[in-house]
Amino acid sequence: MSNEVEEILKRVQQMKGVIGTIVVSQEGIPIKTTLDNSTTVQYAGLIHQLTAKARSTVRDLDPQNDLTFLRIRSKKHEIMVAPEKEYLLIVVQNPSDGN
Amino acid sequence: MEIVYVYTKKRSEFGRQCNFSDRPAELHVDILPDESLTQNFIEKNPVDRGTQCVQEMSEHEINTERFETDTRGINHIEGGWPKDVNPQEVEQVLRYRKKVEKDEMYITTIQQLGSVMEHCIRQNNAIDIYEDYFADLEIEETEETPSAKTINVFRDPNEIKRTATHLSWYPDGARKLAVAYSNLEFQRSSADTSLDSYIWDIENPNKPEFTLKPVSPLVCLEYNPKDVHVLIGGCYNGQVAFWDTRKGSQAVEMSPVEHSHHDPVYKTIWLQSKTGTECFSASTDGQVLWWDIRKLGEPTEKLIMDPTKKGKMENAQGVLALEYEPTIPTKFMVGTEQGTIISCNRKAKTPAEKIVAVYKEHIGPVYSLQRNPFFPKNFLTVGDWTARIWSEDIRESSIMWTKYHMSYMTDGCWSPIRPAVFFTTKMDGTLDVWDYLFKQNDPTLSLQVCDEALHSLRVQDQGRLIATGSHTGTTTLLELSDSLCTMQRNEKALVTAMFERETKREKILESRQRELRLKRAGQSAQGEQDEEEGGPMDEEDPVARAEEDFFAMINADKKKRDQLKAKQEAEDEANAEKKDEDGKEKQDNDEKEVEEK
Repeated sequence: MSNEVEEILKRVQQMKGVIGTIVVSQEGIPIKTTLDNSTTVQYAGLIHQLTAKARSTVRDLDPQNDLTFLRIRSKKHEIMVAPEKEYLLIVVQNPSDGN
Repeated sequence: MEIVYVYTKKRSEFGRQCNFSDRPAELHVDILPDESLTQNFIEKNPVDRGTQCVQEMSEHEINTERFETDTRGINHIEGGWPKDVNPQEVEQVLRYRKKVEKDEMYITTIQQLGSVMEHCIRQNNAIDIYEDYFADLEIEETEETPSAKTINVFRDPNEIKRTATHLSWYPDGARKLAVAYSNLEFQRSSADTSLDSYIWDIENPNKPEFTLKPVSPLVCLEYNPKDVHVLIGGCYNGQVAFWDTRKGSQAVEMSPVEHSHHDPVYKTIWLQSKTGTECFSASTDGQVLWWDIRKLGEPTEKLIMDPTKKGKMENAQGVLALEYEPTIPTKFMVGTEQGTIISCNRKAKTPAEKIVAVYKEHIGPVYSLQRNPFFPKNFLTVGDWTARIWSEDIRESSIMWTKYHMSYMTDGCWSPIRPAVFFTTKMDGTLDVWDYLFKQNDPTLSLQVCDEALHSLRVQDQGRLIATGSHTGTTTLLELSDSLCTMQRNEKALVTAMFERETKREKILESRQRELRLKRAGQSAQGEQDEEEGGPMDEEDPVARAEEDFFAMINADKKKRDQLKAKQEAEDEANAEKKDEDGKEKQDNDEKEVEEK
């Protein structure tokens, strides 16, 4: 089973334009990463907070609603966050590389 | 008819409380309408009366107190680990991670999230939804009127206000502005006047970001383009000092008084050098000194601004403006108090050769001097009541100039983006924006920035932001509209053509003048003897003639004004009489009508 996870993460990492993949736990701890330590910690801490805030915003607007995905488009790249109760999957992609 | 009603009351009842009681209504008198009186009334039809439908409003002014904000940073450190795991211990961290990775919840979540993520990555790779379809389409030339708006105002925070004598933009993006403050009026600054100059964050007008504490007030201040922390300043007492903002408010080093200027340092400029530590300064004592901030003990080079090329201090002219273009590093120019512009070559062998050319047309001090960033052969000078554009080749006169303004001009500079645009400031507090492609006679845009004299002006490198400092130390930051800071179509070619045309015109005029002079010289050689007799007369003649011309002009003007006045008065009288007549006629008519009736 654990191998399968490795397999998925590897596949994601190898996709076009992907710069880095990070898995963050509910506490904001980086579990798996393909980036260097300081960048990972920064991403984990900040994106974790932002996701929590985004989720609470969506829920405050409509209690029946929930956050399913978060895309942050920036000048340099796109940060994509797939949130789940326990874990966050963060992928940093340079979309212009893909095309 | 008399209406009489008698109230009777006993004396003993005076002053008593009233005792009201009800009683039926009674009629005291009945006045019937008098038909004959209706004759005296005229019914007004239609009636004209104004009414107001909207709610009535009134204007009130409120001055809110400034809300002061400041920004503070927070340093985030890694956290959130369970108590028994020390994030500094690599082994513990690894063990914890392994444990999590074996968690079934983790596995299922990642499998789920992985597919979602893959979908999104593919989406991004398939199409660029943010693609700019019209990126290579030229921006349409908009016909909007040029304008500018004030963004911020930075006031001298001290009790006794000083002039904002010089401005310098932070070289790396428009974030900060260094302003030099000093009182330039001779012996007018009292002992308790502050000496400090400030660096402002352009977002925060409440408090200066950094204070520079010189020993004598700064007249000029310049950021080092190679090192954004270093600034060079010229003091009122002639010393040159440099600051490193990382090392505090005190100057890192100052030039010794005996080797410095003897007058206020009006301009310092950083030179293009490998180390980025060389600069030069100019002062009204007539010297230009070169410095290396690594050893400010004495100047590395010295040049006396003697236009007669003898290098004598007594002939030297005080320098107010200094120009240096990094693309032509051996040349520089100065503008003097006597209104001359001296072009110099630093690398010449002898001091006499260093002074290359003298341009003289201004009749007052030259306050500003700058080469056009696109056409370094052409330069802008500001002095007396005009701004002039020169070509290096024409020494007799400038190629273009503005009309004489009502008030003195104080500073000027080119737009770094548009070759045809330049800015000037005046003593009456206006900032003029000139677009020579659009209009040559008048400024395209004239802004009343403040009520007192503007003293300094500086454009940010992107050409959108302009800072201008006033006599009482108020620095105003303005943002220009798009049309003034985007290059127009064909602008460069058009400006080249314009400068060339004007240069050619001046050249023709110059050669014609020379011809005339030669002819005159020939004539005077022939009639030398005549002249000997009439010599002294001739010498006197120009003065007398000028005087005559002057008075003739004044008298003509006076006469014209008197005539105008008389004319106006006559008109006024005529109007008044007409009115009177009208009034009289009306009265007559009224009377006639009454009589008829």
